[in-house]
Order: sequence, then structure tokens, then C-alpha cells
Amino acid sequence: MALAEDNNKRRPSRAPFSERAWPAVATTLKTLGSIAVTLVGLLFITFIIGRVMPIDPVLAIVGERASQSTYDAVYEQLGLDKPLIVQFLYYLWDVIHLDFGTSLLNARPVSEDIARVFPATLELATLGIIIGVTLGVPLGVLAAVRKGSWIDQVARVVALVGYSMPIFWLGLMGLLIFYGILGWVGGPGRVGIFYVDVVPSVTGLILIDAALDGNWDVFKNAFSHIILPASLLGYFSLAYISRMTRSFMLEQLSAEYITTARVKGMSEWNVVWRHAFNNIRVQLITVIALSYATLLEGSVLTEIIFSWPGIGSYITTALLSADMNAVLGGTVVVGLVFILLNIFSDLLYKVFDPRAK
Amino acid sequence: MGTLLDVENLWVRFPSRNGVFDAVRGVSFSLGRERLGIVGESGSGKSMTGRAILRLIRPPGIVEADQISLDGVDLMKLSEKNMRAVRGQKISMVMQDPKFSLNPVMTIGDQIIEAYRLHNSTTKAQAYKKSLEMLEAVSIRDTERVMRAYPHEMSGGMGQRIMIAMMLIPNPEILIADEPTSALDVSVQRQVLDIMDTLVKERGMGLIFISHDLNLVSDFCDRVLIMYAGRIVEVCDADKLHKAQHPYTRGLLNSLPRLDVPRDRLAVLQRDPEWSVAPSVSARL
Repeated sequence: MALAEDNNKRRPSRAPFSERAWPAVATTLKTLGSIAVTLVGLLFITFIIGRVMPIDPVLAIVGERASQSTYDAVYEQLGLDKPLIVQFLYYLWDVIHLDFGTSLLNARPVSEDIARVFPATLELATLGIIIGVTLGVPLGVLAAVRKGSWIDQVARVVALVGYSMPIFWLGLMGLLIFYGILGWVGGPGRVGIFYVDVVPSVTGLILIDAALDGNWDVFKNAFSHIILPASLLGYFSLAYISRMTRSFMLEQLSAEYITTARVKGMSEWNVVWRHAFNNIRVQLITVIALSYATLLEGSVLTEIIFSWPGIGSYITTALLSADMNAVLGGTVVVGLVFILLNIFSDLLYKVFDPRAK
Repeated sequence: MGTLLDVENLWVRFPSRNGVFDAVRGVSFSLGRERLGIVGESGSGKSMTGRAILRLIRPPGIVEADQISLDGVDLMKLSEKNMRAVRGQKISMVMQDPKFSLNPVMTIGDQIIEAYRLHNSTTKAQAYKKSLEMLEAVSIRDTERVMRAYPHEMSGGMGQRIMIAMMLIPNPEILIADEPTSALDVSVQRQVLDIMDTLVKERGMGLIFISHDLNLVSDFCDRVLIMYAGRIVEVCDADKLHKAQHPYTRGLLNSLPRLDVPRDRLAVLQRDPEWSVAPSVSARL
């Protein structure tokens, strides 16, 4: 009896910390668990694809004129004599230790290669998405607010061109005009030939490394090289982001709580940005995260046109020379980026939408 | 009874591909410190009338009127900026469904404080205190918790009371209630109406009560306008509604079931095309 009374007394007060903290811990564990399962699944699929492809990894190493004994030795060395599932477990074990094997092409560890090429893509994609978001979101909002006006029409044409123009054409034209004729920007590559390896590589992102080193000449040069490809990628994400922003905003602007805000006597600017915009943040995050992930995969064409040593051109080159370790390693990194971005946007949902809690 | 609002020859038009559609056609009425009911079927223009007074009809819709005069000021002639000072502060509006009329991602507290601070330059702490008082005035208990809560955590009846609190906090002279109870459970409709009624009376406000519910309006209002196809077809005192003359009003009354006079078969409203071309009856005092 006494116990029951005690319980009743305690009920109105807040639960003790251990009880309140438990759901948070459980959610975190659940999230980590789902990351692990997704990653293993991804590894399994890429691994299997790598093994069933009609490419003989042994031949790629030893060459066609090697003797049978050499062939067999390498075959065993690669562990190809073991059952597929055992091979996969070995591979999993290596990947957990960040060992993606050795590139067949240059005999260097794939992880080192990725550590070199991924920052290049990261830098390009990040600047691209920043350009795309800072221009695309306001453009989309404006197009929705002034629906049917000339701004809306211009935004529509801008997006249509962004959707439909092939990037190799736009890239070449950009290079021709801004580099070849006007000379406003640096040409292909990350920095000019005189600036290569001038600043110590700390993060692998040249702009940041140069800023850390205080070497503003390198910074300026690197910036003049990155701005054109980043603007191009930014333009493509702008096309998508602005169209999506517009339709999200149109939906919210016709909602009844917008009328409420107007009835209160609120200015149109605040109605749009304080009320309507705050309601599209969740949807917008999904769109931006998706665009960013696409850019982080490495835009192969852009990287090739601008001789950008990123992960897109790395994987493509590796694929063309049957360098399966490099292909698998690159794919895993791209997959990991996708998973992390997804989780990050899930976290942001909970910040921006009280209903998601 | 001084006149608060005087509407003369109000039109709301929507240009479309097949010509212009007139949602409200030459409506005239005035409002004192009273409860004025506007009744009509869907599409009769009653909601449009309410929104046109606040100049909330969005383009391509057009509002035209000889005058919409509030305290001697013609709202039709005000700039958009001056009109914003009227909205909320002088005329406010409660809408049908609190599920949609409250912003889902803002706390209730922030939304009420915002409504107050748009027209009163006070500190946030003062506005917070004022909001708590206002929530108490609409019979909400546990006000501090409600201030922190989000709209989806509230029931419909509570949401509508919050809406009333939010709309009355800048102390307007006129409240337009656009079907304020239609989305609520029958059990809480009366409670919400009583709260609204008390507050409106206490503050000596004018109330425009828009509804499709004849019984409710005759119970609750002082005067009733009956609208049909964008026009006022009849005006009468609420307690004399049963003596209404117009065949449309009579038809509406006859189509309602009554507990005290059971009937086997309810009359079906026969519409006369004459009604929609007849000139609008003026309800100006």
C-alpha cells in the first residue's frame, strides 16, 4: 500500500534522469545499428558485383604472358581459392580497418588514393552546393511569392536551361569564354602549375590549407580554378533546388495559417520568411541533402573537363582499367557519404519540425 | 448604438477565362457594437465578405466598394502598410479550423506573443505575461505549459480558444468569426461560443459571425443577414427570424428538422432564379 501511495505522489513530477535519458540512448543505438546494417549490405553488394564481373583480377596483375605457377601463386595470394563468403568476411575485416586493398594500377593503397581524391571532390561539391542553395532557395521563394510575374518566368527558364543543357557543353563553353577569351578564371586543374604542393596538405582542401598557411597567393589561384566548375555544379543544383523550393512555398502560402499571420497585421516579408519558409525547411533539407550527395559522388563529366582530380574521375579511370579494389573502395566511400547525409538530415528534421519528435 | 463599420456596395470579383465571376455582389451593411450574423449556403459569398473587409482577397481577386468605413476612415483608400495597422489591431478574424489556422512549427506562446507585439511595443516578458492572462481569459488551465506547446498537441476546442485569445490580444474593435465552430465537436461548440460571446461583450466589440447554421445564428446573434448568390436577400432581428418573409429564408427554415414539431418529410428548398438577380437588400443602420 505504502509503495502504491508513494508512486502516486511521484507521478506528477518529472521522471528521474535515467528514465528520461533511456529513449535518447535507444534512438542513438538504433541509428548506429541501422548505419552498420546498411553499410554491411552496401559492402556485400559491391563485393559480389566486383567478384561476378567477367574480369580476372589475377590476369590484370600478372599479365597475359605469366606462367601458370605465377598465376596460381597470385590467385592464392588474393585469397580467390577460398569460398566467396569467406572472401567477403576477409574483405569486411579489412574495410573495418580502413584497408581497401592495393590499387592494381599504381600499387598504392586505395585508402591513400581516396584520401587524396575525395577532398578534391568534397571541396568542389561543397562550394557548388553553397552556390546552389544561396541562389536557388531565394529564387524559388521569390518565384512562388510573385507567381506568374516576370521573375517567376525568368526563374523557370533559368531552371529549364539548368536541367536540359549537357554539362560537357556548358563546361567547355564556360572554359572558352571565361578562361580562354576573358581570362577571368584559372583553367583546368586545382591550382596553377607554379602553386602545386606549395602549401602543406592538412585537410586536403586547398582553399582551407592555403588559408591556414596564410598563403593568399595560393588561395587566390585555387579560388580562380575552382570557381568555374563550382559555379557550374551550383547552377545544376540551383535548377533543382529553386523548382522544389517554389512548389513547397506555393503549397505553404495557400495554407490557412498564412491567412492568420496576415490577419494579425504582419508584413508580407515576415509572412513569407517567418511563417511559410519555416514550414518548408524539412522538405528543403531533403532536397539539399540529395543534391549535395549527388555532387559528392563526383560529377564525372565536370571532373574530366576541368581535369579535377576528384573521386568521380578516379572511380571511372579505375573501372576502365579493371582496378576492382579501387572501384570498390570508391563505391564504399560514396555510399558512406549518402548514409551519413541521410542521417544528418534526419537529425535536422527533429530540430525543425516539432511533430517529428 | 454607434456604428463601428459601414460597408457600402461591396463587390468581390474573380476574373477567369470564362469572364468575371462575382462572388459578392453589391453588399451593404453596417455593424454597431452588436453581434451580426451572416448566414448562407456554401458559395453564397459570406466568407468572401469577411475577408474583403480585411482586404485579404489575394490577386487575381478584386475588391470594389463605394466605402468600407471604420471609425470614419475608408479602408479602401488605405495603403497596404496602413491596412496592416488595421488588421489585428482594429479588426481581427477567427477562422474555421485551428488545425490549419495555427502555424504547426511555432510554439503557441510565440504565436500569441507575436500577435501582441505586432501592435504593442513592449518587452518580451510583458508580452509573455499578457499572453498568460489572455489564455486564462479563454479558460485554459496550465497556461505556461500551453505556451510552450505546439498546435498539434492541442485538441480542436483548445486550439480554437487559443485562436480567439491570439486574435483578441491586441484588443481589436471588431472580430470576424468565420464558421468558428464548424470544425469542432458538438460538445465543445457551445463552450467556445460562450467564451467568445463573453469576451466580445466585456470589451464592447462588434462581432460578425459567419455561419451556415441558422439555429446557431438565431440563438447567438442580435441581427442576421441572409445571403444568397453573393447578395443579401433579407435582414432581420435574430429573435424574429421565424417571421422572416423571403421565400429563401423560409425555405431554409422549413428544411430544418425540429424536435418539437416532428415531420415525416422535410421540405426541399425550391430556388427561384429571380432571387439571384434581385437587388441586394441594404443592411445599413
